[in-house]
Amino acid sequence: MREKKVQSGYNFAFLDEQSKKEIRRRMLKAVAIPGYQVPFASRELPIARGWGTGGLQLTMSLIGPDDILKVIDQGSDDVVNAVNIRKLLVLTTGVRTTEDTREATLIQTRHRIPEEPLEDWQILVFQVPYPEPLRRVEPSEVKTREMHAEADYSRLWVYLYEDIVRWGEITIGAQYPVMVNGRYVMDPSPIPRWDVPRLNMAETLYLFGAGREKRIYAVPPHTRVEPLQFTDYPFRVEDFRGKQCALCGSADTYLDEIIDDTTGARRYICSDTAYCAKRRRLKEEAGENA
Amino acid sequence: MGYVPIKGGKAAIEAAEELVRYFRLRGGSAPLEVKQIRDQMRLAVDQVMGEGSLYAPFHAALALKQAEGDTIEASFLLRAYRSTLPRIGYSLVADTREMAVIRRISAAFKDIPGGQILGPTRDYSLRLLDFQLVEENPTHIKEFLREFASKAGRGEDDGKEEVLPSFPKVVDMLRAEGLLETPNKTEEAEEIIDITRQPLTFPAPRAARMQAMARGETGGLMALAYSSMRGYGNIHPTLGELRVGYVPLRVHHRTRPDEVVTVGRVLVTEAEVIARMDAGEDGIPRFTLGYGLCFGHNEIKAISMAVLDRTMRTGSKEAPAEDEEFVLYHIDGIEASGFTAHWKLPHYVTFQSVLDRLRRAQQVGRKEEGSQ
Repeated sequence: MREKKVQSGYNFAFLDEQSKKEIRRRMLKAVAIPGYQVPFASRELPIARGWGTGGLQLTMSLIGPDDILKVIDQGSDDVVNAVNIRKLLVLTTGVRTTEDTREATLIQTRHRIPEEPLEDWQILVFQVPYPEPLRRVEPSEVKTREMHAEADYSRLWVYLYEDIVRWGEITIGAQYPVMVNGRYVMDPSPIPRWDVPRLNMAETLYLFGAGREKRIYAVPPHTRVEPLQFTDYPFRVEDFRGKQCALCGSADTYLDEIIDDTTGARRYICSDTAYCAKRRRLKEEAGENA
Repeated sequence: MGYVPIKGGKAAIEAAEELVRYFRLRGGSAPLEVKQIRDQMRLAVDQVMGEGSLYAPFHAALALKQAEGDTIEASFLLRAYRSTLPRIGYSLVADTREMAVIRRISAAFKDIPGGQILGPTRDYSLRLLDFQLVEENPTHIKEFLREFASKAGRGEDDGKEEVLPSFPKVVDMLRAEGLLETPNKTEEAEEIIDITRQPLTFPAPRAARMQAMARGETGGLMALAYSSMRGYGNIHPTLGELRVGYVPLRVHHRTRPDEVVTVGRVLVTEAEVIARMDAGEDGIPRFTLGYGLCFGHNEIKAISMAVLDRTMRTGSKEAPAEDEEFVLYHIDGIEASGFTAHWKLPHYVTFQSVLDRLRRAQQVGRKEEGSQ
């Protein structure tokens, strides 16, 4: 549905045209150098720094009146932050919105890649809290930029090695560092490891925006993205073996653990709520037809 | 059950917004006028203009009303509004020697040309709650203003604008005597970057550091400057001059570029701090200088800026206040508050992922324990 109510007194998609143009140019540079963090002069938005302003600025700079927008947070279209971001974009653009991944031209996300495969006419915009994959081993920005320039990732490898020595496992959960196009180590934003393989040789353009830290980076379509791993300690995704979604029965999606307030019983539910709903709808229809 | 799979985020947000309005208004008192806030919450308005980095007293006052007096929230509203305004141009460099001064003091010298002018300051007031303010009414205000005007030798409402004096700078005296470092010519010649249009890179040009601090949060700047004053670092500042007043801003005429037009004046606070001596390129020791300038009347902020300007030029970076990256990345109240608040958002996906790692590591640990 196209929402009629557009906030008067503001430019289309909030930002002024000069700013949007600047951000688009930085995105082009990011696409040209996969995984490289392009600095940009992040603008303040009417939502707080750290709540998705990086992704929003990319979305605002890309969106046109004919786009169909989907916004998700933690896999869900209905959590308050997603609702809020969608509200701002609709208020300042009047674009159509959807929950259907297969229908959206532009998807802004926090922490998840939708379960359904994305295609080459779609763009996925990530909100990024920490763009710097080396931050866990080096607090200084000057030094990490030097390390990237020299492709010196030795300290990150040592970190992973020490993790195995200490814990018998690499303990990095979400936000698992990846090597992009054999050159830059990149923070994939805090997506679960489950979603990492979907970055590799994808059909879709992935754009990453960090508003507070003022960085834009990208994984263009058909680009190699490999998680950092050792041959004897290979990268593993989250283990949901033997578990399935309590609502749609899915056994091949990322699950949220839900603990019942009263009984304390543990259940699992799809984190991608729109996909879960779609599966349930399809199942019902199949049941009716049978 | 968690609220992820439940629909209804939209209704919840709307209800929360309604509650905010209710909490502001439930007392049933008369609505605050924006003009009242602009006039009577003068210092809060100035702080919000500085941190919001937009000189707009009316909008800052409106933001304060909307934010129920929360200055960071109000600054945030102003900054967001600022993003919608196109950048029309840049003013010429303003010379604060032209400042129409309302307050000017020096802690370095007793006698300064033109004298010390206390102006509106609470520095020497006893901090006793003034219960007379409870009863303040329009008659009191009128009476006070009439008396004040007659004391100042002005007729009531004579409509004449007060003429404020300008003064030379204290540090110019020191500089004339060769006691003070001369401005770094290469720094002055640098093209001034605009940090709202170009990202910060390190080492940052001094102009960028000044801009970042001018937008910085007063409390944040003060905490870092205070750490240096207490001994994390070694600067030992003396306040050469602190002044508050109106500075005229000029721009090149749009169509006649040779002509310069005054477009208005802004109230600013300026601090010059004299610090530890240092040997110059010629080997002769001189005092060094730290500089601070911010919108409105905000003395703590200007002084903190000046101290940090000096600490960041220390080569050593031994203390946090001496490390420019540390200082500049952490003083922005809008950025810091936004990120601090974002922990209130759900983190179910990432937590599920680390939970998986913990369980796996526990399994490995137990297996190892069992095998021993």
